[in-house]
Amino acid sequence: MKPAPFAYHRPTTLAEALETLAGESYAKVLAGGQSLVPLLSMRIAAPQALVDINALPGLDTIEVSEAGVRVGALVRHADLLADPDVRRVQPLVPAALAHVAHPTIRNRGTTVGSIVHADAAAEMPVVLSLLGGSVEAASSTGTRTIPADELFLGPLESALRPDEIATSAFFPALPAGAGVAFEEISRRQGDYALAGVAVVVHGDSVRAGFVSVSDVPTVVDLTGVPDDGLGEAALAHLDPADDIHATADYRAQLVRTLVRRVVTKAREAAA
Amino acid sequence: MTTKLMGQKVQRTEDQRFLRGQGRYVDDVHADPSTLHAAVLRSPHAHARIVDIDMSDVLDVEGVHLVWTHEDLGSLSPELAEPLPLLIPHPDLTQGRTQYALAREEVNYVGEAVAFVVAEDRYIAEDALDRIKVTWEVLPAVVGIEASRAAEHLVHEDVPDNVGARSEQNTGDVEAALARAPHRLQLELDIERSACTPLEGRGTVARWDADTNRLQVWTSTQTSTGVRAAIAVKLGLDLGQVDVITPDVGGGFGVKVMHPWPEELLVPAAARLLGRTVKFTEDRREHFISSAHERGQVQHIDVGFDDEGRIVGLDVMFWHDHGAYTPYGLIVPIITSTQLLGPYKPEVYRVVFESIYTNTVIVTPYRGAGRPQGCFAMERTMDKIAAYLGKDRTEVRAANFIQPDEFPFDQGLIFQDGRELEYDSGDYPASLEKLKKLIGWEEFPALREELAAQGRTVGIGLACYVEGTGVGPYEGAHVHIETSGKVKVATGLTTQGQGHATVFAQLVADELGVRFEDVEVVTGDTRRMPYAVGTFASRAAVMSGSAIHLAAKRAKEKALRIASDALEVDEADLEIVEGVVRVKGSPESRLDLGTIAVLSNPLRYAFDEASKAATQFAVGDPGKPPVAEDDEPGLEGKDFYSPQRATFASGMHAAIVETDPDTAEVTILKYAVVHDCGHLINPMIVEGQIHGGVAQGIGGALYERMAYDPSGQLLNASFMDFLMPYVTEIPDGIDIDHLETPSPLNPLGIKGAGEAGVIPVSAVVAAAIEDAEGFPITAMPISPSDLHTLRQEHTS
Repeated sequence: MKPAPFAYHRPTTLAEALETLAGESYAKVLAGGQSLVPLLSMRIAAPQALVDINALPGLDTIEVSEAGVRVGALVRHADLLADPDVRRVQPLVPAALAHVAHPTIRNRGTTVGSIVHADAAAEMPVVLSLLGGSVEAASSTGTRTIPADELFLGPLESALRPDEIATSAFFPALPAGAGVAFEEISRRQGDYALAGVAVVVHGDSVRAGFVSVSDVPTVVDLTGVPDDGLGEAALAHLDPADDIHATADYRAQLVRTLVRRVVTKAREAAA
Repeated sequence: MTTKLMGQKVQRTEDQRFLRGQGRYVDDVHADPSTLHAAVLRSPHAHARIVDIDMSDVLDVEGVHLVWTHEDLGSLSPELAEPLPLLIPHPDLTQGRTQYALAREEVNYVGEAVAFVVAEDRYIAEDALDRIKVTWEVLPAVVGIEASRAAEHLVHEDVPDNVGARSEQNTGDVEAALARAPHRLQLELDIERSACTPLEGRGTVARWDADTNRLQVWTSTQTSTGVRAAIAVKLGLDLGQVDVITPDVGGGFGVKVMHPWPEELLVPAAARLLGRTVKFTEDRREHFISSAHERGQVQHIDVGFDDEGRIVGLDVMFWHDHGAYTPYGLIVPIITSTQLLGPYKPEVYRVVFESIYTNTVIVTPYRGAGRPQGCFAMERTMDKIAAYLGKDRTEVRAANFIQPDEFPFDQGLIFQDGRELEYDSGDYPASLEKLKKLIGWEEFPALREELAAQGRTVGIGLACYVEGTGVGPYEGAHVHIETSGKVKVATGLTTQGQGHATVFAQLVADELGVRFEDVEVVTGDTRRMPYAVGTFASRAAVMSGSAIHLAAKRAKEKALRIASDALEVDEADLEIVEGVVRVKGSPESRLDLGTIAVLSNPLRYAFDEASKAATQFAVGDPGKPPVAEDDEPGLEGKDFYSPQRATFASGMHAAIVETDPDTAEVTILKYAVVHDCGHLINPMIVEGQIHGGVAQGIGGALYERMAYDPSGQLLNASFMDFLMPYVTEIPDGIDIDHLETPSPLNPLGIKGAGEAGVIPVSAVVAAAIEDAEGFPITAMPISPSDLHTLRQEHTS
């Protein structure tokens, strides 16, 4: 479990990082490394170069405004989770982050990195989708904003181009009177969820995002659905699958159970 | 008199080092740039023939020192090209097979060693592995007990029906017993594979010293003497040329008693050829696919019993999946077949097992070593009898117990050590009474009702076991009192974190009358004690503990003899307190042990003030030889302990579990253990062993399995997908009560405690879930998804 040879770059400006990235035929960006490094060690991924962005200035900031939370590419999960202003402006972010792996992984892993890794079994991509957030991407030819609903293309596939670096993610603030909740069930504490549900309730509107029961982070509008029909309404848009840890049928059962629990909790939070 | 340390909760001397990250493991040995690193090419196929191995792309990789396949082994040593040893032969193992250090023509599991590379570092070694091109002819894989029994395909062409061994033992005519029994039931049970998964995997470092023509090997093992003998035989060396040293070991749990691993031979061979230090450190994926697994069995039980639930006839047939090879013989299924009986005495018992081949990783003992499966069979049977008769589950068990006045009790079977299965002592009714109190057995119905009113579902279960511990053949010890008065103790078996340095020092301090702090214990170093067996089968305290006690006694006798001469006092009037020999009643007449050590070794040369006292013009009767004819110099004691048979520890566990009606999650609300390992040397360490064992048992009951696909690929070969429980999955408190029924077989009255905690956990958890859910639980482990599926089946 040692990586194949690769070139290692540690640029000190964003411009230099983008130029380096553009000049490599197969490079990966290294931020927290909590997904990338195991893939390298198991030789599942063997890029020719790594562009380590940890020395870039200005990417480790959390900016909280009344509009929402902007998270820089080097912000660690643990710091975002601990930020009281983030909790006030968008409580779904810390509610979901508490379920991201273990403290040691949260101390190193970055929220933006987790988002662009685009794993439908991860919490933060679906939270970004549910909240209608976006990612800021930079390349040597310019910058662009990618809305969450255009970001996730397929399993572990995002709209980020190989020459782009995601410099930040933006989570819109929770409107006044709205309520959120998050719950997931995993085999062991900190494992990837067997199923997870995030809910935003605002007035009559009920929207839910789902973890680990579809190929891409999936948001379902459940507005107007009676409580005893929430599970089936959600499942119509989901595709739970069998794996070594659970059957598809069991995951569907978790969706039914969780969506009712989480909608109730979100309503309580809104009240 | 100083307080006896036996039975005291003495703090572990090891922990300062371990907790501060100062443990020294195999990978820490020779951690310098001059050391070369090995990596192994492993089979990607579960069953395949090797058509060709092309290494042309490897040889020019910069930094690669050596690449071997099986073809290269014979020129190193003819024995090295032969199959690895079958360590424990048995007459019933008629079709035993072992692998080669590097596969010769065929591979039989994903992970089998095919080629061996030594390079400047592990990175380069793995780069080289990527460049070895093997042409395979893929053969059909046999995966799982069902496929093996169907024998549509064979694992080894020359082993008919995939059966390695068929073995039977009985205590009478079981068919007649079943025929006369008033009631009869059958059970079909299934237990999946798991594995030891110590946090430190396997590892070996070797250094050839050309100046002295000797090999020095550090290896992460549970038997340094076993590895030493295997290396000598396989590399064609004299035993005296090989030293094997076991430094700190980060867990074993059985997998490291298997030996020699291919790397334990290839690394020393490479070190000798290259004249360089060579290291192999196994990585986690390798551990999953190339070390050992255990547990996988399918069992069929036919039981006949009377109206009280007393077993008249018990007829068990089981199939034991031993994987691709049988290096460790039949130990695991023999233990299942004999220890299945637990604390019970069925009138007639017959057990037949088939140990069968599959194209999967080999099976060798894992903590409990076949007992968890046996306990599962017996205890599920007890529960089914109780349900059938409508009796309390504890009553049916009590009706079958061996009674305290029946010891020694001969079960009429042959145990894993080839000796009679004769229990030495125990008090099972007393254990059961303690357990019922500890778990709240009588109060449970009220609790269930109270929680049901809140919409909560709970269940209670229990299970009993007896564990043969402290098997032979022997262990030895050497106790040496230095002229400083410090005591150096060596025993040959190894340590994997049990706290041997603490408990063995307690025994020596007690027997010799020295301060605990002055005793230093060395284990697993063949330079210090070349005669030893190893640490497995809950045997270290019984075997080495007894040997150390006896050796300390010899050292003490010698100290008293010398002191008696020097002080001109009768030996019987002397005592040793805090390292000083003194005359009872007149403590001013005294000699410290250091001085006695000086006197014990007549000297020609003085090196310091103390040694002057032993030089030739200072001591000795000129009319006698300085060392008497039947004596030897030095203040030492050496002894061995070799009992006729094993000691039998026992215990009973109970649990209350809650099952979530919606998510089918299982939560253990309360877990209780009553444990009897005879006299306790250190209750804190025994309780630690129980905690660890129960945690491992919970892993086996609720989380861990080896997810092989039909082609023989292990789908969960990582700690991400192999669900070893975290501390968050283990109940906050495990309630423990001890019973101390001393063993009559050893001087300390002790029995082993290392494996006990794990044995009954699957049986207990299954019983509690069954009690909560109201339908039978016949297969373990059980995940929430499995429980959900069972619920669907039982409602439809």
